[in-house]
Amino acid sequence: MEKQELKQLEAKAKEIRKMTIDSIGYLGVGHIGGALSVVEILTLLYYKHMDTSPEEPKRKDRDKLVLSKGHAGPTLYSILADKGFFPKEWLHTLNKGGTRLPSHCDMNCTPGIDMTTGSLGQGMSAAIGIAMANRLDGVDKKVYLIIGDGESNEGQIWEGAMAAAHYKLNNLIAFTDYNKMQIDGYVHEIMNIDDLNAKWNAFGWFVQRVNGHDFLDMDMAVERAKRELYRPSMIILDTIKGKGAFFAERRLDNHNMNVNYDTAKEACRLLDQEN
Amino acid sequence: MMNQLEMRAVYTQTLIELAKKDERIVLLEADLMKASGTGIFKNIFPERTFNMGVAEANMVGVAAGLSAGGKIPFSDTFACFAARRAYDQFFISGNYARLNVKLVGTDPGIASEYNGGTHMPFEDIGIMRNIPKLVVFEPSDPVSLKKLVEKSASYQGCTYMRLHRKPITVIYSEEDEFELGKGKILKDGTDITLIASGAIMVAEALKASELLIEEGISAAVIDMHTIKPIDTELILHYARKTGGLVTCENHQQINGLGSAVAETLIENYPVLLNRIGVRDEFGEVGKTDYLLERYQLSAGHIVSAAKTNLEQRKKLELIQI
Ligand SMILES: Cc1ncc(C[n+]2csc(CCOP(=O)(O)OP(=O)(O)O)c2C)c(N)n1
Ligand SMILES: [Mg+2]
Repeated sequence: MEKQELKQLEAKAKEIRKMTIDSIGYLGVGHIGGALSVVEILTLLYYKHMDTSPEEPKRKDRDKLVLSKGHAGPTLYSILADKGFFPKEWLHTLNKGGTRLPSHCDMNCTPGIDMTTGSLGQGMSAAIGIAMANRLDGVDKKVYLIIGDGESNEGQIWEGAMAAAHYKLNNLIAFTDYNKMQIDGYVHEIMNIDDLNAKWNAFGWFVQRVNGHDFLDMDMAVERAKRELYRPSMIILDTIKGKGAFFAERRLDNHNMNVNYDTAKEACRLLDQEN
Repeated sequence: MMNQLEMRAVYTQTLIELAKKDERIVLLEADLMKASGTGIFKNIFPERTFNMGVAEANMVGVAAGLSAGGKIPFSDTFACFAARRAYDQFFISGNYARLNVKLVGTDPGIASEYNGGTHMPFEDIGIMRNIPKLVVFEPSDPVSLKKLVEKSASYQGCTYMRLHRKPITVIYSEEDEFELGKGKILKDGTDITLIASGAIMVAEALKASELLIEEGISAAVIDMHTIKPIDTELILHYARKTGGLVTCENHQQINGLGSAVAETLIENYPVLLNRIGVRDEFGEVGKTDYLLERYQLSAGHIVSAAKTNLEQRKKLELIQI
């Protein structure tokens, strides 16, 4: 990746992070922690790797993304708004009665959302199905999937892990947002999922592990995953829950927080002061 | 009398009291302990509390195993996941195996507010009602919650409870007695009977009965906290007494409280029944007030249904003008 491109992606991520903090702050409550840990990966995918078509969201022949941890919807909404899938004004309707932007991703409400999610574990299987449909139709596009580390407690994740490897879905590139936290506490204390690398390896996936806030590392991992010939890919992202919002970062209560709008604006100002 | 108590705190306190007396009581959670509010139980009984992570099917299956091992497991998660995600485990390992699992679903129906459609169970009572012998109940206030959880613990067999975990106004006094399967008369009346279940709809039904008084209509209000087994005797008594009924539920009209009441009436003493409930729709995000109107559940809609009921009876000449 060129230096110039890296700078652009970092600037874009900051913008997306601010838009996300702003939309949750405007409402006053939301899944801030898990929304902010996926800012970089979603930015990398939507601004570098994915062929999306805001003018024609239903086009079949394009890359798709399933945000299985559907509660991180607000981050994806910021990106989709920025890309022109819908007006940015919609962001301030987040989660209000009658909105097109509900807390959890909904393909029937929001242009650009490729799969309805919110019941953890289900996006995993859906992504596998989309990858299988692509293969049946000869569509040479990727399916990207993002699951949570707490979500990885679900049996459905591991049923899917078995199936994707069995069907050699090399067109499926999955990420675990390994932010080490779920709702009730640290993942290793609530329901330990270690050794994650070994588990995905044992299931027959091509496994990589990188810093989920580092564009260069993630970009190389995605490039390698795209070249994989037989196996589905799991890229484990070491991330920080609540990353970039001073009132939320690393806090154990940051899963779903009340957020005062002034505090949210303050967080955005602080991000602007960083270089 | 606007004393409000947080339902989840009452639930937790009740479990603690029960667990002190009965060491068989254990608690399972699925990464929603913060939501269920049972952290204090865990502090007191750490070795009897199991957080199973985001894995509801396994949690309920394990609860069945704990029951087979002689324990009395209370197992909590959001009602959507309790009912849908772990249904087969609850059905087979819990109910079909005739074990003793106390499944608790929080945030029933529109109570799931901001979590939206994926989290908004309008069908849990319906699918639970279809499990043979299962007791299905939904307390309407802190007092009935405490007493019914006690009854559930001492009942030998599986139960499913819908729990609204937020602060709710106390409507009963500590002296009130509760039985699973026996509805409570909150208000007597002569023209029509409102049968409601759950914290949101019992409150709306009470409001509606006040509004009806202003229109010169005397409405009885019944808190039908147990949907299965349904209180046939009480329904028939009020069907005879008032000649018309309105059911009020935070659930699909299909296969919920209204259906249970309709089944009772049609085989025994058919009278006109109007049903307030969700009309074959999925959930969506919003605050309670918005959702009450969106799904036509509010007191205003109950009033309209009651008036429709009376007018139809007049038309059918079931009552004299
Ligand atoms: C099947 C299911 N069970 C429970 C929940 C409630 N829930 C929402 S997020 C969450 C914790 C998820 O943890 P993780 O995957 O680590 O999310 P993140 O840290 O990325 O926010 C839970 C239990 C749900 N949405 N779906
Ligand atoms: Mg996590």
